[in-house]
Amino acid sequence: MGEVLDALSTALKAGLGFQAIFFSLLAIGINVQFGYTGLLNFGQIAFAMLGGFGIAVSVTQWDLPFWVGVLVGIAGAVVLALLLGLPTLRLRADYLAIATIAAAEGLRLLFRSVSATSVTGGTRGLAAFNRDFVALAPWETSKRYSILGTSWSGAELWVGLVGWVIVALSCVLVFLLMRAPWGRVVKSIREDEDAVRALGKNVYVYKMQALVLGGVFGAFGGMVYAVGTGSAIPDQYQNANTFLAYAALILGGAARVLGPVIGSMLLLFLVQFADTGLRTLISKGVIPEGLLTATDVAAIRFVLVGLGLMLLLVFRPQGIIGDRREVMLDAR
Amino acid sequence: MRSGGRGRASDRLRIVVRLFLVAAFALGLATLAPGIARAEGEAVAGTLQTSRSGPIEGIEVTVETADGDEVDSVESDEDGKWSVDVPGPGEYVVSINADDLPEGVTLSGEDNRTVTVAEGRRQFVNLGLEDGSRGAGGGGVRAIQLLVDGLRFGLLIAMCAVGLSLIFGTTGLTNFAHGELVTIGAVVAWYINVEGGVPLIPAAILSMIIGAGVGALNELGIWRPLRRRGTGLVAALVVSIGLSLTLRYLIQIFYGGRSNPYAQYQSQRAVDYGLFNLTNRALFSIIISVIVLVLVALMLQRTKIGKAMRAVSDNRDLAASSGIDVNRVIMVVWMMGGSLAALGGVLLGLSDQVQWDMGFRLLLLMFAGVTLGGLGTAYGALVGSLVVGVFVQLSTLVIPDDMKYVGGLLLLIVILVIRPQGILGSRARIG
Repeated sequence: MGEVLDALSTALKAGLGFQAIFFSLLAIGINVQFGYTGLLNFGQIAFAMLGGFGIAVSVTQWDLPFWVGVLVGIAGAVVLALLLGLPTLRLRADYLAIATIAAAEGLRLLFRSVSATSVTGGTRGLAAFNRDFVALAPWETSKRYSILGTSWSGAELWVGLVGWVIVALSCVLVFLLMRAPWGRVVKSIREDEDAVRALGKNVYVYKMQALVLGGVFGAFGGMVYAVGTGSAIPDQYQNANTFLAYAALILGGAARVLGPVIGSMLLLFLVQFADTGLRTLISKGVIPEGLLTATDVAAIRFVLVGLGLMLLLVFRPQGIIGDRREVMLDAR
Repeated sequence: MRSGGRGRASDRLRIVVRLFLVAAFALGLATLAPGIARAEGEAVAGTLQTSRSGPIEGIEVTVETADGDEVDSVESDEDGKWSVDVPGPGEYVVSINADDLPEGVTLSGEDNRTVTVAEGRRQFVNLGLEDGSRGAGGGGVRAIQLLVDGLRFGLLIAMCAVGLSLIFGTTGLTNFAHGELVTIGAVVAWYINVEGGVPLIPAAILSMIIGAGVGALNELGIWRPLRRRGTGLVAALVVSIGLSLTLRYLIQIFYGGRSNPYAQYQSQRAVDYGLFNLTNRALFSIIISVIVLVLVALMLQRTKIGKAMRAVSDNRDLAASSGIDVNRVIMVVWMMGGSLAALGGVLLGLSDQVQWDMGFRLLLLMFAGVTLGGLGTAYGALVGSLVVGVFVQLSTLVIPDDMKYVGGLLLLIVILVIRPQGILGSRARIG
C-alpha cells in the first residue's frame, strides 16, 4: 500500500511539476499549429531547444542578463519558424512535416557536435544559468516544502509557479485569439484552404503567423525546462518529446484551449505512475529480472506513448474534451 | 486534393488491430528474446581499429576509477578488442598510451575518455583513432575517396527509400515508421548471425524474408484496415509516427542501447585501388546494391506487377477502373519495401554496426532523397538518394564529420525552396 501511495505522489508531482509545464507549453504551441491551423510541425522540440539554449548560451557564454537570454530564445524560435515556413508552407502538409522533423534532428546534432562545444558545451551542455531567476523567488529556495504529500524544494516551487502562470497566460492568449477574426481565419484554413483563399485572405501569411506563434510557445516551454533542470543538454531535446507532446494534445483534445494542458498533466501523471510502478515491481521481484530491467523502464514510456498515440488516433481522435468535427485529420 | 472516405468502417478492424499488436509483440519476443539475459557484471570494452590498419593488437589500455585508482590494464587482442571488468557502476577513465600505436595511426582526440558505466551494462568506449585516410593526403584523392563512400551510402539510402517512395505513391501515406523496417532488418540479421551462428549471407536473406513479412503485417494489420475505415492522410501520418516510436523503443528494450558488429567481415583491411581505398565489404555493398536496384528497375519496367505499381502510383482510380487489383499491388509494394529496407539495414549494419535507432537516423536522409527525386516516383527515389548520399559524404570536405547529417538537412530545405516537386516529380503532386 505504501508503495502505491509513493508512486501516486511521485506521479502527482510529475503531473504538476516543470515537466508538465514543459509539455503543456509544447502542446499549446502544437495546438495553435496543428489543432487550429492544420500545420504539421513535427519538430516542436527544436523550438524548445532554441528557447532553453537561448538562455543558457546568453547567460553563461555571452555574460548577458537572464532576461536578455529570454529574448534571445524567442528570437531564435521566430527565426527558425520563418526559415522552415518560407519554403514549405506553400506546399502540401507533409512537406512541412518532413522539414521540421529534419530540422529538429539536425539542430540537435549541430548543438551536440564537437565543433559547437565552444558555444553550446557539446554533449555535456551548459549549466548554472538560472541563479538570477531563482534569486527572484519570494521565499527561501533552499528549504523543502510539503504540499499534498509531495515534497518540493523552494526553487522547484518557484519555477512551477512562474511556469503555470505562463501556461495560464498562454491559454488566455489562445482563447482570445481564437475568438478574434484571426482565429476564425486560421480555423477556416484548416477546414478548406482554397475557400479562404477565394475570400481574398493571404493564407500563406496566416499560416506563417500560426507557425511563429506556436514556435514561441515551444520556446517558452524549453526555457521552463532548462530553468527547471538547471542545465541545457542537447540530448535532453530528443525529438521523441515532440511526439509525447502530440500524444498529450490529442489525449486532451486538439483545437480546445485547455486540451493541451489537461492532456499534458494527465499524460505525465500516467507515464510517471507507470514508470515508478514498474520500477517498484522490478525491485520487489514481481516482474522477473529477465523480462524487464530498470534501465528498460525509460524506454517503456515511449512504447506506451507510441501505442497510445496510435490507438487514440484510430479510436478517439478527439481526445477527452475535443470535438470530432474540429480535429484536422483529412488534410490534403 | 484528396478526400477521406474511401470505404466504410469495418467492425473487424478493432480485432485485427489488436491481433496485430499481440502478434507483433509475440514475434518481437520470439525473435529478440535471446538478447535479454545478457551482461551481468559491469565492464568497459572497446575495439581499436582503423579502416586502413585493420585491428590493432597489443596496445595497453588502462582503466582507472574517477579518483585515479587503477582498476586494471589489458592489451588489445588480435581483433583489436579489449575488455576490463569494473567493480561496479560509476565513472571510469579509460586511457591508452599514444606512443604504442603503430606507424601512421594517431589519436584523433585526447588519449583518455571518461565514461559512466550504468548498472549491469557493458559500456563501450570509442577511443578515436586516425589513420590518415581522412583529412590527410591530396585534396583531389580525398574527394574521390569521399565520392566512392558517398556512392556506397547513396545506393544504400536508395535501396531503403524505394519502398518509402512507392508506398507514398500508391497509398499517399508518408510512412514515418519506414526507418524501423531498416532497423528490424539489421537487428534480425544480427540475432540470426551472432546469436544463432548462421553465416551473414543466409542471415541477410532470412532477414529480407522476415522484412517482407513485417511489411505485409504493416499493410494487413494497420494500413489496409485504416484505409477501409477512411482514415485521413494526416491521421495516418500521426499513426505512423506512433508506430515508429513504439517499434523503435521496443527494439531498444529487446536489443539494448549498444551498437554491435556482425560476426563476420569485420576485421578487413582497406584495399588500395590507386585513387581510393575500399574494404571488400564496402565493395560488395556497392555491387549488391547496384544489382538489387537494377533488378527493381527491370521489375518496374518490364513485369506486369511492376507496370501495375507504376500505374497505381500514377493514378489510383484510373488503375482500379482498368482492372488492376489495387490492394494486391499495394501489398506487393509493402513486401518489397520491407525486404529492401531489411537488406539496406544489413548493409548499413555492416558498415556502421547495428544500433537500435539506426533506421530512424537514416529516415531523415531517406526523406531528403525521396523529396529531391520527387515524392512518389520510384526512379526519383533512386536518383535523389544517390545525390543525397554523395552530398552528405562530400560535405565533410568542408564541415566536420559529426555534422554531415546537418548538411543533408540543409540540402533538403534548399530543394524545397528551389524545386519542391523534385527532379522527376510532377508539379501537380505538391498542392
